Parts: sequence; structure tokens; C-alpha cells
Amino acid sequence: MPDLPDVNQPGALPPVPHDVAESADRPEPSARLELPETGDWMRVSPKYVLVEIVGTIVNAVVVCGGASLLWLLLDQTWALWVGIAVLVASIINLVFEPRRVRSIGYLLRGDDLLFRRGILFQRFVAVPYGRMQLIDITRGPIARWLGLADLKFVTAAATAGVSIPGLAEADAESLRDRLVELAESRRAGL
Amino acid sequence: MSEPAAPIPAPLAAPRTDLTDGEWHRLHPATPVLRGGIFMVAIIGFIIANLRERLVDLFLGEENYRGDPIDAIYERGAAGWALLIVAGVLLVIIGVFYLSWRMHTFRVTGEIVEVRSGVVFRSNRKARLDRVQGVNLARPLIARLFGAARLEITVAGQDGNVQLAYLGSKLADDLRRDILHLASGLWQARQPADLPGVPAAAAPTPIVPATAPPAHTALGDFATARYNEFRAPELDPDAAPPESVVRIPPGRLIGSVVLSGFTVFLLLAGVGLIVSVVAGSSGWVLVAVLPGLLGSVGYYFSRITKTLRFSIAGTPDGVRVGFGLLSTSSQTLPPGRIHAIKVSQPILWRRFGWWQVSINTAGQAAGRSSAPATSANILPVGTLADVEKVLQLALPGFDTDTQRALVENGLLGGHKRDAALADFYSNAPARAAWLRPFSWWRTGWAVSDQVAVIRRGVLSRDLILVPLARMQGVRISQGPVRRRLRLASADLHTVAGPVSASLPVIDVDEALVLFEWMSTGAVRSALADTTHQWSRAGKPSPAREAAE
Repeated sequence: MPDLPDVNQPGALPPVPHDVAESADRPEPSARLELPETGDWMRVSPKYVLVEIVGTIVNAVVVCGGASLLWLLLDQTWALWVGIAVLVASIINLVFEPRRVRSIGYLLRGDDLLFRRGILFQRFVAVPYGRMQLIDITRGPIARWLGLADLKFVTAAATAGVSIPGLAEADAESLRDRLVELAESRRAGL
Repeated sequence: MSEPAAPIPAPLAAPRTDLTDGEWHRLHPATPVLRGGIFMVAIIGFIIANLRERLVDLFLGEENYRGDPIDAIYERGAAGWALLIVAGVLLVIIGVFYLSWRMHTFRVTGEIVEVRSGVVFRSNRKARLDRVQGVNLARPLIARLFGAARLEITVAGQDGNVQLAYLGSKLADDLRRDILHLASGLWQARQPADLPGVPAAAAPTPIVPATAPPAHTALGDFATARYNEFRAPELDPDAAPPESVVRIPPGRLIGSVVLSGFTVFLLLAGVGLIVSVVAGSSGWVLVAVLPGLLGSVGYYFSRITKTLRFSIAGTPDGVRVGFGLLSTSSQTLPPGRIHAIKVSQPILWRRFGWWQVSINTAGQAAGRSSAPATSANILPVGTLADVEKVLQLALPGFDTDTQRALVENGLLGGHKRDAALADFYSNAPARAAWLRPFSWWRTGWAVSDQVAVIRRGVLSRDLILVPLARMQGVRISQGPVRRRLRLASADLHTVAGPVSASLPVIDVDEALVLFEWMSTGAVRSALADTTHQWSRAGKPSPAREAAE
């Protein structure tokens, strides 16, 4: 747990100086979002790349197929461009797929679950264990063939909680049991 | 916080009704009629419309009807059969109504509220009292005329309501109070201890029999009772504190409804219409748009009547929000059931200094059937002073000088304006102007006493307050554009509702600070939170102290 000033102190103000100075003379400015001293992130199974690749290819085939039908049968030239754009985007996607999957990570901290995802579009989510409403484990056809499962941590919030894809099935189940256990010990209403 | 005086024990209030004894009870006998209210009115209207000429004929003796169904029946000599069929249908309807009333029972125990209903398809709903998100007492117009009310116990989730429809008006008031007391843990907490300090004046009131509206001896009594109820929707002076903290003058209310985005849209549509007509398009556009214009009048009317008798007051069992002119509704939100608060000012209101306050609660169902049920607006329109009073109710204890300044700064300030005043927010850096050219100087955040505060927006000035004990999670994210600008964005996850607590631009390093603050703060304040049974908390809530 990072050493923080006491948030609960009445009248506490944010710890940062107001009007953060322009960063001309900041030591080694890093524009990337990176949590400090979090420890080792748990990564998802490398096999999950396959699931993503198949998904991207199926998607590209469907869209490009539709576009080429429009182009060939109905003489819509714009469909050709759309098809080409989707194809290029999918190929770029495929190239970055392994890195993207490597960027997915989760971490069980003392009182909350951390989740990260994305390289270009990064995001970090923290959800306290006590907020758990239920845990969902789903398996798509390809994931099942590879022995993988997706785990979803659902809270009462409108935005979906945390969804960790591509866990080995046994890992997913043990993680679920662990999370439920943690949530039980830290139960807090809504 | 108010002075921690010697804890005066609350008068050990006995249950007002004997409905909370854990036994099964039935609802108001008129329930089926009221539930099918519109349907019944329609049938009666249909019959009257069809019989009108015949009635005219009966009294005036003119024979100017030919060919209506009744006439045909009469001529064919089937009057006897027709009467028999009508009687049979009536009997069946009455029988079904009676059965559905008999099978519709409810009970309230120390832990749960349970409703059983249905004749063929039985349904059974149970709500745990410590999970109650709000208790709503609604009186639709027709039910109000009959002196009945609907009690809705809201629990979290879509469509997660337990409805007691309908109960006698007085009974519903008392039952609401009892349910809130049970849910607050007041009785369980105090009954075991023999309280020496109970003032004699506050001796337990005698239990009111279940048939609370006394048998009316004459029709006149009945009418008077109905009239009194109609005038004063809150019957119980003890359950309803006398004064709403906010008064909305009708002028301001009408002004606020007129000066809404909807009006702007309407004006634009009107201009477009005139232009199109002048430009010589056919009258079809007019035909298409006119019904919409007429409908908009209805919209204004319903908006105004709904909020015309708005009131908000603090009770020992939470904030009570009431509104409605014809159909009334009064909603009680126990402490700690408000997940997010937004104070906002659309640009059209700025000249007048009006603000509105809306909230997220876990019980807001998406689709509501009956007209005014619960509302997310706990202040439809008010001045800065009104906002302050409402915030004190919604966030009790959030009223130190710093916090007041925080709120005022959040509403009016920005770090460019009022350089002399201390600005308590940690703001977005100037380079955020690339993304938020007008509002970057107002975009900032702060945390004070377990409440996260977000300030943003300039076209519509927004101030968002999220009690950390209710926050579901926090997210920071960054795309390529924000990365180039060394910025990020942040979201505080709350339950669904009109308020979304997101901060569009924030410095990267500060985003990390925010992330740590929010995630640790959420865990800590959730552990310290005791509002699920609010009266059991160590110290009595200020509202309860004030009420005693």
C-alpha cells in the first residue's frame, strides 16, 4: 500500500500543488501513464493472442466480404475504399496483437483489484474487492478450444467492472474463488 | 459537525401500525380498482358514451336513436340474454378482483418486506430492509381521490422495487415510518437496553389499529377527510418535518422550464419551419411538425405541474423529496444512499444564477409505468443558497468552511478568475486548452473528508460530488492525443444515473495521484461506512439530533 497522507482527515486537500507548473524543467518527463511501484503484474496467457487474431480475421472477412459484394454487384465504388481501409486496419491490428495482449495485466492488491490494458489507448482500473456483486466466467468457442476463459468482475456501477480475458481455465476458477473470498472478508453494502 | 452533546436517546417510538408484526396483511380493498384505474375509467366512459342518447331519451322522450347495439338487442327480443351476459361478465370481473385482492398479501418483519401476489401465476418478492435504497410514497390522482397511496420500497437494481399498492393514506404514512425505523436498526439497537432517560412525554404512542382511517359515520366526514388529505399530502407532522428548506417561486420554476435546452430546440425547429414555408415548400412539413409542437406544450405543462409543489427536507431517516401537484410523490432517501451528486447550471440560467442538483441512486429503474415516481432531481431549480442547503441534506457533515469554499469555488470559480481567492482545486494545466479550449481553466478535482469533488464545464457549469464510500471503482486512461499533451482522463465509477463523474483532462502525474487517492480512499471510507443501518452508527446523525 503506498504511503499516502490520510484521506479521511476532515478538510484534507489534494496533496498536489494547485496549478501544476508547466513541465519545462520536469526531471525526465514521461508522457505515458504508468503506475509507480505496483509490483509484478499478472499477465494473461500468451495463447490468448490466437483468440484475438481469429476474432480480427473473422471481423475483417465479414466486412470486406460485404464491401466487395456491394462493389461487385451494385457498383458502389465507395465500398471498395471502405473494404481496403478495413483490411489495412485489420493487418495493422494483427501486427500489434501480441503486444496488445502482453499489455493486459491484473494485480491483486491488499484491498483492491488493479487492471490494465492497452498500449496506444492505455487504461488502468482499480476496483475495491468489497464492491463485488458477482463474478462471471465465460468461454468463447476458440478460447474453450485453447483451454482459456474470460473472467468478469461485476460491480454495481453502470460502466462494466473489470473484465480479464484469456486466463487459463484453472487460473480463472482459482482467481474467482480467491476474489469471492476476498470480497466476503471486506463486504461493504453498495 | 454539531456539538457532540450527551447522546439524548431517541424516544423509543413504538410502531405506529401493527403491520410490522411479521404476519401477512392485505392491501386496501379498492386496490384492484385503483390498479386498473385508467382501464375502469375507460370502460365507464365507453358505457356512458354509448348510453348517452338513451339517457337523453329517457328524460326528454325523444326518439332519435336508431341502430345502436342496444337498440338492435332490444328489437330482436334478446334483452334477457344480454342482461344475463352483462351480469355474468360483471360477476366474473368482481370475482377476479376479489381473488386478486385476497391473494395479494404482504408482511414486514424485522429484516424483510415481502409481497405475494397473483392468482394463477404466483409471484413473491422479498426485500432485505438493510438494503433499502429509498422509500417512496406515491399518490396518483385517482388513488388520491380515494384516499389511498402506494408505498414503494426501492432496492438496488433495475426494476428492483417492492410495491405495496394500495394502502390507506394514513396507514401508508405510518408504515413508511415504521419501515424506515426498522431499516435504520433503531429498534433493534435500543430495545434491549433499558433506557432511563426517555422523556415521559415521549411515551410510546398507543398502537393504532390496522384500519387506521376510522369508520366514517357520514359521507360528509369522508369528504372532509379526503379534502384534508388532498390539501396536505404529508399527514403526519412528526414524520414530515414542517418546513421544506427550499421554496421555488412559481415564476422561477416556469422561467427555468422555459429557459431549457428544449426551448432552444423548439425555437430552432420553428425558425426552420418558417424558412421552409417561406421558401415555398408544401404544407406537408406543417402537418408533420404541428403535432410535435402541440406535444411540446404538454411537455411544458407536465414539467411545471410535476415540480410545482416541490419540497425537500431532512428527516431523521434521510432526505425527503416531495413533488407533484395532482399526482404527488414523496421519496425518502436514507443516509448513505446517494451515490453521486451533480450541481449544474445550463448557460441559459447563468444570468439568473439558478442551479439544479441531480443525484445517482442505486434504485433508479429505467422504465417506470406510473407518472411521478422517483426523481433524480433533488433540486429542480434554485439559487446558490438553496444549493448549499440541499447539499447539506444530501451530504451531512460536509459543511466546514473549507468545504463550503470548495463548493462555491467549484460552482463559480476557476483558477483564471479571482486570482486573489484561494482555489482549492488541483486544475488541469494550460496545455489542456488544446482539448478543452473554453473549460480547461475550470477543470479540476479535490478530495475532502471522503468526498471526491470534480469541477468541469463552462457551457454548462458542473460540480460533481462523489462520496468515496459509495464509489465503485476508478479508472484513468490515455489515448495518443492526450499522451502527446502529457494529459490523461479519469473516471469515477458510480451506479447508473444522470450523473457521470468523469474528468476529461488532467495532468499525467496528477492522474496517478488521483488514482491512488481514490482507490485507497474508497477502501478506507467503505470500511468506515455504517450507513446500511444508519441509526446503529456510533454517533447519531446530525439530522436526528436536530429533530429531537
